[in-house]
Amino acid sequence: MESTLESVNKAEEMVGQLAKQAGFDEDARDGISMSVREAMINAVIHGNAYDPGKRVNLSLEQNNGELIITIGDEGKGLEPEEIPDPLAPDNLMKQSGRGIFLIRAFMDEVRFRKLEPGTEVTLIKRIPGSDLDRQEAST
Amino acid sequence: MSMKASTRQVDGVTIVDLSGRITLGEGSVVLRDTIKDLLGKGAKNILLNLGDVSYIDSSGIGELVSAFTSVQRQGGELKLLHLTKKVHDLLQITKLYTVFDVQEDEPNAIKSFSVK
Repeated sequence: MESTLESVNKAEEMVGQLAKQAGFDEDARDGISMSVREAMINAVIHGNAYDPGKRVNLSLEQNNGELIITIGDEGKGLEPEEIPDPLAPDNLMKQSGRGIFLIRAFMDEVRFRKLEPGTEVTLIKRIPGSDLDRQEAST
Repeated sequence: MSMKASTRQVDGVTIVDLSGRITLGEGSVVLRDTIKDLLGKGAKNILLNLGDVSYIDSSGIGELVSAFTSVQRQGGELKLLHLTKKVHDLLQITKLYTVFDVQEDEPNAIKSFSVK
């Protein structure tokens, strides 16, 4: 996908539809869509810096009771551990820095991987009623 | 759906009725420009009616925070009115719910501003 805001909106819409087909309720769908929006914004703005020569790769997969979304950019790379906690008193009133926090709040699993160059983030949400969801509930 | 903002005056309070999505791009810019314009005109008491705001992303949250601090710096007050469940939950998660003065009823919200 191109490094544009249109790609962000398109990805959000596509994931919303897939999440509906997968059987997520409205609250979960909103959380998944927002997570994808935030991850796409990170890729387009902070990763690729709107560079038309750089692409954002989006992959959507429904597999084994999980919705798996992977978003990769070609930017300078991200150190997720170095991102300040947006809930810390000194950061609470900052204008930015909440995207990854929101992704972690809404998804079951979030993984980052370094690319050469860029960053790949994988977002995982367990599908309600699936075997994986039942295992999770029983542990 | 893009965001729309319209303003009205009630008893010394500027009410901004927002509708649509406050997201990166147009929605955030509309909110920023509206607040900037109101502060430029000397507005001190601003009530943001979010009853028809369907969605806010992290950029929109950032704009709300920025609006709040800008109005405060000018010696004014900015309050929020009619949060939808989605926006309410988002402010709870980000611990901003207690930072903002959140009102549920317009007449009471208008009365709550300290300086008129």
